[in-house]
Parts: sequence; C-alpha cells; structure tokens
Amino acid sequence: MKKLEVRNVVKIYGSNPDKAIALLQKNPEIGNDEIRKKTKQVVGIRDVSFSVDSGESFVIMGLSGSGKSTLLRCINQLIKPTAGEILLDGEDLTKLNDKQLIEIRRKKMGMVFQRFALLPNRTVLENVAYGLEIQNINRQERAEKAKKALEMVGLKGWEDYYPHNLSGGMQQRVGIARALATDPDLLLMDEPFSALDPLIRHEMQEELLELQKKLHKTIIFVTHDLDEAIKIGDKIALMKDARIVQIGEPEEILLSPANDYVARFVENVDRSKALTASAVMVKPRTVIFPKDGPRTALRSMEKNGISSLFVTDRDGHLLGYIRAEDVAEIANQGDRQLERVIQKDMPVAHPDTLLADLLEVLAYTKVPVAVVDEDNKLVGTLVRGSVIAGLAGKKEESHELYSEDSLS
Amino acid sequence: MNYIPKIPLAEWTDKFIAYLTLHCSDTTQSIADFLEKLILGIKNFLVMIPPELFIFIVAALAWWLAGRRMGIFTLIGLFFVYNIQLWDATMATLAMIISAVLFCILLGLPLGILAAKNKTAYKIITPILDFMQTLPAFVYLLPAIPFFGLGVVPAVITTVIFAMPPVIRLTALGIRQVPEELIELGRSFGSTFFQMLLKIELPLARSTILAGINQCIMLSLSMVVIAAMIGAKGLGGDVWKAIQTLNMGMGFEAGVAIVILAIILDRITQSLGKSK
Repeated sequence: MKKLEVRNVVKIYGSNPDKAIALLQKNPEIGNDEIRKKTKQVVGIRDVSFSVDSGESFVIMGLSGSGKSTLLRCINQLIKPTAGEILLDGEDLTKLNDKQLIEIRRKKMGMVFQRFALLPNRTVLENVAYGLEIQNINRQERAEKAKKALEMVGLKGWEDYYPHNLSGGMQQRVGIARALATDPDLLLMDEPFSALDPLIRHEMQEELLELQKKLHKTIIFVTHDLDEAIKIGDKIALMKDARIVQIGEPEEILLSPANDYVARFVENVDRSKALTASAVMVKPRTVIFPKDGPRTALRSMEKNGISSLFVTDRDGHLLGYIRAEDVAEIANQGDRQLERVIQKDMPVAHPDTLLADLLEVLAYTKVPVAVVDEDNKLVGTLVRGSVIAGLAGKKEESHELYSEDSLS
Repeated sequence: MNYIPKIPLAEWTDKFIAYLTLHCSDTTQSIADFLEKLILGIKNFLVMIPPELFIFIVAALAWWLAGRRMGIFTLIGLFFVYNIQLWDATMATLAMIISAVLFCILLGLPLGILAAKNKTAYKIITPILDFMQTLPAFVYLLPAIPFFGLGVVPAVITTVIFAMPPVIRLTALGIRQVPEELIELGRSFGSTFFQMLLKIELPLARSTILAGINQCIMLSLSMVVIAAMIGAKGLGGDVWKAIQTLNMGMGFEAGVAIVILAIILDRITQSLGKSK
C-alpha cells in the first residue's frame, strides 16, 4: 500500500520561481548553474518523484547540497514546494491550509533531527512529551505515553534529567522517543546519526532496525553515508544536483549503478555488508536424487569435472551432498544405495544472509555452500569466484566462467 | 548655504505639537490621570511596608538569588539609606522605576516579538529605536509637559521612551537567536504560533530578554535625576535641589542612595537571567 507519494516536486529558491520552472520545462536537461545564471533563481529540488510503501524504510541519500534535506522538509511542508504534489495517505499536503497542516503534523508525522533539537530548559520527559503537550493532552496521559516511548529507546529512569546531562547517543534516543511518543505513521529522520561517533552510530542503527521490526513505521531517512543507507534502507534514492539519479533496493544500486556518478559513489562501500547470498549465488548446475545410483552420480561428476554433488529430493529440498570418493567406494562394493554416503554436515546460507556473515565460512569450507530458502529448498550455491566478483563490484553476467568445483 | 532657504524644522515641530496638544490633550490627560494613580498607588504601597520588614525581605531575596555577599550588601546598604532619612525618597524613586519598567515590558515585549517575527516591522522599528536612544532626553522632556503636565507622569513617560529600546532590541535578538533546528522542531510537531512563542521561543530567549530588562532598569535609574527637572520627586528631586542650592553634602547623600539602589536592582535582575 502506498503511504507516501511524491510527484514531480520542484523547489526553487528566489523571487521569481516561474522563470526557472519555465526553463526547466523547456529543457529538462538544463544545468542548475545555467538556471541560476539566467534567472538568478536557485534550484533546490527539480522534478523529484517517488513513492514509499507503508512500513518501508526509504533512504534519501546524497552529499551535502544535493537537496536531500530540502526534499525531506518538503514532505512535512517545513519548506513549501514550488510545484508538485505530496500525497500522504492519498491526501495532497501541498493543498492544505495551516490548520489542516498542523493537524497532520501532530497526528501523522514525527521528525528526528541531526543535532537532536532538544529543548535545554526541559527535562527528558518534558522533551519527549512535547508533541503531546501541544495537542493539549492532559499531564498524566502524556507522562504515561512519554515514559512508554522512553522505555522503547532504552532510557527508562532518565526521565527527570536535563538534555545536557546526557551523551550524544542518549540525546538522540530522546529525539527518537519524542518522535515516537505521538505514535505517527511517518517518521522523518534528517541525518539522525551523523553527529554521533562511529561506534555509537553503529549501535543506534542496529537499534533503529530493532525498533522498526516491532513498530513497522514508514521511515524517510536522510543520510550522506552510503553504508548507513544500505543498512537502513529497504529502498534508496540517490540524489545529486537537486535530482534523484537512481532509486532502487540497496543491491540494485550496488550491482547495477545507473550512471558513472552512482558507480563512483558506490565504489568504496563495504559490499559485504550490503550484498546478500542471493546476489552472488549461482545456480547449482547438477543435483542428484537419492534413488539415482552411484554410477549416475559418478558420471555426472565426471562430465562436469567436479568432485561433489548436492542431493535433493524430487521437490528440491536439500538432503545433503555426496563426495566422489565415497560414491566410488560404494560403487565398487556394488551397493546401489546412495543414502549411506550423503553428508548432512554442510554449510548452508539463506538468500538474505549478508556476505559479511559468510566470508569466514567461505574461507575454510571444503565443499560448496548451499543456499536454501525457508522451506529448505535448494535455490543456489556460493562459489568463491562469484563471491569475490560481487565484492569487487562486478556483476557476474556469466556463471559459466566459474566452476562449482573451484571451491574444493 | 544661502541658495537653499532654511528648512523650518523647528516651526513644523512647534506646529505639530501645538496641533497634538489641541486635539489630543483630553486623551493624554486621562492617560496621565490613570498613570498618576498607578504610580502613587505603588509608592503608597511601598511606603506602607515597615522599612525594616522591606529591608529584610529584599536582603533575603538578594541572598537567595545573588549570593550571600549581595544579601549582606543589600542589608547594610538599605539600612544606610534608611538611616540618612532618604527612605521615602527612595521608595518614590523605586515606584517610578517599577511603573516605568512595567510599561517598558508591557510595550517592549510584544514589539520585540513583532520585530523578531516580521522583517518589515523590524526595518521600521530599528531606526525608531535608534532615534529614541540617541535623541537627548531633554528634547522630549519639554514636549511631554503640555501633554501630561508637570510631575511624576511625564517623568515616567520620558523614562519609558528612554529605557524601552533595550527591551525591544534584546527580545528580538533573543527570539532570532533560537536555533533553526528548534524552530523546525516546533513546526514539524504541529505547534501553533502561540505555542511556538510560549513553549519554545520565549523560554529559550529568556536570559537575553532578562538582560534587556536589566538594562532597562539601569537606564530608568539614570533618568531619575533628569526627570526630577520636570517635577518628579524622589532621590532625583533631592539631587536636583542640591544642584540648585549648591548643597554638596545633600547631593552626595542622594547620589549614594541612587548608587546603592542601582547595585541592588542590577545584581538581583542579573542573577534572574543566570539562574537555571
């Protein structure tokens, strides 16, 4: 279900935005500098469209000046877009009057700020209760809700402290609690972890993911850190020079960058934390069923030049693997039962397992790593060659280059 | 400069004031009556309090807000003023300052907020404030007489004109200094105009505004002697009398009392801005 839809939003700063818009319409490829020179108008965002599903984490990512913060502020109308529509639950926010807008901001949106934006004269509890207080909710109810929100972010017991008593990470937890206290559907997060040191940032990202698992908010998350974007985002929109250059799932952006800019951008990212097994696995070319005899198995191995085979049942459920030497042994003994030599002790991965969690296994395993889905059906196998290619940033077009046997 | 005739600014001013006196004096008189009652009321209330009790209350307040040393200074200072028999004059001066500062806040705070919120208002108000602050006080002391008569009322009004600018300026400054992110916080959670003002802007501008009020009090005190020239009594009246009669001792006593009052008011209001 579409929670938020942004349609052709443009933001022009200056006294005569119509001129700039006319230029943009005439020539969609015109540069921002050229517009500035010709009309003295500064382009904040140009023709941005995207949509976010309910419960999705949508990351807007870009360097400073790319327009990402402006875009975020257009969503809650802190900045009024010059043109375009912003639909929240189907309602166009750009058409609301002040009163309706206040109501929407109170009930449906919560915002988290880069430098926390805590009121220094208020206690932690009073800060968290701010959104409830301005809705004239009575003192007792708002204290209850605020306490609950504080508990969610792990700050129980800190209610009566002042923000300056807290570390940066804790202050941002208060910021998050404040945004959660009014129970909005939409969370707008403006580089919420950028001001924190790397260790704390990492911890906060994990906690946000944990919270999101429980709460299923729709999150718009702005960041300039691609690793963070990949970690947080279900989808990422990459912005440059006031427009979106690519929208997609993290893997899509990493593996098939839309242009050179994106490619350069994703060059230095830690791919092992972004790519999952499904992105680099290859199809297991040969599998064998238990009732096939050892001779068939040996022939298949010989033909493909490999020394082991996955065994599945007729429905594709993984049973284990067999090794050439074992099969040869029972073949010599005239035994037709493959079951005896099926090895069950083997490394398995799921399609969404991060490569970072598989590297160690891949380094030491003697047999291919099987990739199975939740029903234990074999969907692929990991071979070192394609994994390394994936990490190096090359999308593997042809799996044929890599023999499954390169593992053993 | 013979080629341009002299611009008759003086004549225009005279005519303008004569016009205002003719048409507005009824209104100004009723304002004057109201002000006089207010100031007298405050003064009578202050005088009614037994001096010893008053001194102890103020000393305790100073101790609590500004520390032990200030408490002791207040105690000794006020007893000294009482001892040299300037108590009534001091209370009269205090009543004037209180009413002047009250009006400065009542008018200055909203004007400061307006200046902070509205660029046009800011552009209009700022030069007027510069004008008010730099125009010598005597120049508008005189026109005040036809409107409000002699005595304490024109004194308070001229004091308000002279002492209000810092309240407006620092209120505007304080509100403008509220970090952008906190303004965004207020707006993004759906605050109304007054919620922004009362829950975010004014609390955060508090110490700056109090600094403005502190300056306002100090400026009011400095007007005390000048205001005495148009018949305001109090400590300024004593100084003025001493100047006219070359009575140096009397002038010095009243002067010291003004200094003591100034120090006490300054330290107490300063610590209000700092506390918390």
